[in-house]
Amino acid sequence: MEMVLQQPLYKRLAAGDWLYALLIIVAAGYSFSLYGSALDYYEQLILAGSSIALVALGWFWPSWRWFFPLAGAVSLLAIQLYDHNLARAAESFGLKYLLSSQSSFMWMCTLFFLATVLSWAGTLSRAGLLMRMGSGLTWAAAVFALAGLFTRWYESYLIAPDVGRIPVSNLYEVFILFCLITALMYLYYEAKFAVRQVGAFVLLVISAAVGFILWYTFDRQAHEIQPLIPALQSWWMKIHVPANFVGYGAFAMSAMIGVAQLLIRRGILASRLPSAEVLDEVMYKAIAVGFLFFTIATILGAMWAADAWGGYWSWDPKETWALIVWLNYAAWLHMRLVKGWRGEPLAWWAVVGLLVTSFAFIGVNMFLSGLHSYGAL
Amino acid sequence: MRFAIGLLTILAIASIIGTVLKQNEPYPNYAFEFGQFWFVAFEKLGLYDVYHSSWFLLILAFLVLSTTLCIIRNGPTFLREMKSFRERATDNSLRAMRHSQQLDLTLDEARAMRLLQGHGLRVKRVPRDDGSVLLAAKKGSANKLGYFFAHIAMVVICIGGLMDGNLPLKLGELTGSIKPETRELPQAQIPEQSRLGAGNLSFRGSVTVPEGKSADVIFMNSGNGYLVQELPFIVTLKKFHVDYYSNGMPKLFASDLIITDKGSGKTSEHTIKVNHPLVVDGVAIYQASFGDGGSPLQLKAWNLQTPQAAPTDIKGNSLGAQPLKVNGRDYRLEFGELRVFNVENTGAPGSDDKSLEQRLNDARSVRQDTKALKNIGPSISFKLRDQHGQAREYQHYMAPMQQDGEWYQVAGVRSDVAQPFQYLRIPLDKDMSIASFMRLYAALKNPALYDEIRERTTAKAMQGQAISPAMQQQFSDSVRWVLSRFAQGGFGALEQFLDDKVPADKRQAIAQTYIKILQGAVVDVMDVAQAKAGLPAWPQDAKHYRFLLDSLVSVSALQDYAAPVYLEMSGFEQVQSSGLQMTRSPGKNVVYLGSLLLVIGIILMFYVREVRVWLLLQRDGTRLAMTSNRHNRDLDQDFERMVDYLNKQAGEA
Repeated sequence: MEMVLQQPLYKRLAAGDWLYALLIIVAAGYSFSLYGSALDYYEQLILAGSSIALVALGWFWPSWRWFFPLAGAVSLLAIQLYDHNLARAAESFGLKYLLSSQSSFMWMCTLFFLATVLSWAGTLSRAGLLMRMGSGLTWAAAVFALAGLFTRWYESYLIAPDVGRIPVSNLYEVFILFCLITALMYLYYEAKFAVRQVGAFVLLVISAAVGFILWYTFDRQAHEIQPLIPALQSWWMKIHVPANFVGYGAFAMSAMIGVAQLLIRRGILASRLPSAEVLDEVMYKAIAVGFLFFTIATILGAMWAADAWGGYWSWDPKETWALIVWLNYAAWLHMRLVKGWRGEPLAWWAVVGLLVTSFAFIGVNMFLSGLHSYGAL
Repeated sequence: MRFAIGLLTILAIASIIGTVLKQNEPYPNYAFEFGQFWFVAFEKLGLYDVYHSSWFLLILAFLVLSTTLCIIRNGPTFLREMKSFRERATDNSLRAMRHSQQLDLTLDEARAMRLLQGHGLRVKRVPRDDGSVLLAAKKGSANKLGYFFAHIAMVVICIGGLMDGNLPLKLGELTGSIKPETRELPQAQIPEQSRLGAGNLSFRGSVTVPEGKSADVIFMNSGNGYLVQELPFIVTLKKFHVDYYSNGMPKLFASDLIITDKGSGKTSEHTIKVNHPLVVDGVAIYQASFGDGGSPLQLKAWNLQTPQAAPTDIKGNSLGAQPLKVNGRDYRLEFGELRVFNVENTGAPGSDDKSLEQRLNDARSVRQDTKALKNIGPSISFKLRDQHGQAREYQHYMAPMQQDGEWYQVAGVRSDVAQPFQYLRIPLDKDMSIASFMRLYAALKNPALYDEIRERTTAKAMQGQAISPAMQQQFSDSVRWVLSRFAQGGFGALEQFLDDKVPADKRQAIAQTYIKILQGAVVDVMDVAQAKAGLPAWPQDAKHYRFLLDSLVSVSALQDYAAPVYLEMSGFEQVQSSGLQMTRSPGKNVVYLGSLLLVIGIILMFYVREVRVWLLLQRDGTRLAMTSNRHNRDLDQDFERMVDYLNKQAGEA
């Protein structure tokens, strides 16, 4: 990840880094003083661990230092407007049109669609301004997504204290999480590797997810906050689900980069996109990070199952398909690292990998039955 | 390694089979679904428990073998690589490296050492024959350690999985010492060969314990039957708790257990919930599910042949069966589940056609619309089986239900499990009882009363000048005929007559006439019934008239009810049962260890880069060379940075 031969960490940190770290620590400390007594031992550990992880992430990725506090501030504004009363969502202008969780999500959807259009316009016409606007809109959509999730977390408590829970518990909520994480991972690699032109491709898969979210909202009212069934009432959900989505987001992103690579190698859009070698490397790095988080997420899932389902592995369809996805990317990485494969076969494999991942993500919930059908359509 | 990749692919495909074919179902389900030929074919392939089939285990075994061989083969080389500084690199080889540059500066040795060490590199100094000094440095050898960790982890995880697998069980079944039981027997009668002792190292099964009862075994599905696993302790369910959300979903279910150790007799009390299992003696006890545990019921049986008689009290137990003798015939009353909560959506259907604005508004609100959800109270389901083995299934609700402002008692009936229930609503009188309805029903079914009834009806009609005196007799006969026909077969019987005997163009008109007659006569039926029972006359107002009209519908519906008795729920004492899953898995910590090794291994392999730096300190210059196990942009940038750094350092000197 980082440059090997560099100065030690503390020498490289600037004032902004320290300020950000202070903000996170103070926020965590304040949260603990307000709610610490309501958290059990594991949840306190998660609060502490997340704070450290957030600081590390901010130091590692400078944009995070303004993104996360901004999303937090937007959500805190929404919470203030609510004034402990859920009905305010229909009365307050700010909540109704901008800041309630559903409004935030609708803005997220709109902004992602706009970003997709502008990115494509920019990439096709090689216009830097349009591409930058596309990136900017992607950032804005991500802010609305994260702020919306925070606000939704708060709203669930407003419905009733026993209904309150982190918003990663059903298919609707995790689709929002998927859009958010995929966008953020793309924005990180865009800055690091200067591959802004590829944003148009990644935004395609995000737009597909947005389309699904819209259908799911209007046709199935999936946006309604449902309380958690007993099997999901666990602190494990806070770490198993997000880790899984870092994996899914990375795999989705790398598949779209694979698509871009395949087009370049056939001479389509080659002059408008970065070189195939650069894209190859980004694809590899994305899959490596996705693989790491997916492994961690699967292990966490097994440990949760040992608390909830009678054993760490039940060959449940969702578990089995997670294994299949894992095997798929393990094989991909073996081919690249050991056999030295590059280029076209790996790009194809990454695209096929997205199909396998998609099936494990929603296909299992839609078509197969099993212990995991919480997210059933 | 290609073999290993091939195996991974086959493993992935084999795993898919187990996800599209439901695993570990009772064999009759499979036989039913696939038909005889494919059922046997799939069974031979072991597809019903594919992850424990011999060929799947064989693939896993090959994978472990392949990984182990890989570790053994690469092990010595990698270990050597990790330790080595490659200090024997010749000038030529240094020159040939991709990242190699001759720098026009000199560094003294101590300075150069410090420079390298300041970058976190470990350095080995090698003086050369020609007077130059080679500093061979490296960093990130842990990268190779990652390879070992990750691959050893796979083997460790598979060993853990094997420890928790059912290999001994499969061997036992193969040799015949263990045979699954296929009959439904009381637990104590199940023979030795289907029992597994408490000393069994790893198992996973479940048991349902009703409140107040105990269990000291669990059951495991195996092949076409099941096995009994003995436990080293006795589990008693002291009390079961269940809590619901306002929308009817379960919020919490917990069991208060008393664990009695079989060996020492010591008891301990614990409460388990979902996500909070209890571990006793190496066995983890999980709260898996809950249900009815056989609750005592009190019912009132109305004999539909003699509905004027008072109902008899019957006692029963849910989930149990008992004989029932009605009108000289023997029946079997098989009770199903008692459900104390029934949350139903009582909203009107057809509210789906919403305008766009309404939909947008709905999409804004995160709160579920629970206004239409109501708990309609307890229900009991049961089957009534006659001497020939024919049965119908019934579902009776205990609490009165309000519809359009009036109260009813609802009962469902179906003759086929695959069909939805058809419902019958009996109107309730002012005492919230069905006694008035039954009285009316009795009168309707009693031909001896028809003359009195038709007299009254005809007199009323004459008074109201609805018929002329000439029509009187004919009308009276019609009344009798309609009543009799209706009593025999409800509206259906009247309809049947119309279809058979009346030409199509006249049916509508005549049907209307019949309905009018019925609706008029029913008042008199009720009056006669009330008089016979010595009760005051039935009030003549809209509410009570509606009761009579509803009763007509119910009388007709009772035709489909087709049972000799109507069983009304009058009371119950809820006894719940808790579904417990129990697992002993000695391999769990082995798998967790393997998992930790795997994660560390992946992190080391991908995020620790092995870098080697050589500084050849000559009298008139310095050669810098670098390699890494990953040749990519990072190395390019590191090399450039190193060159700049050295130039700057030499400049400052």
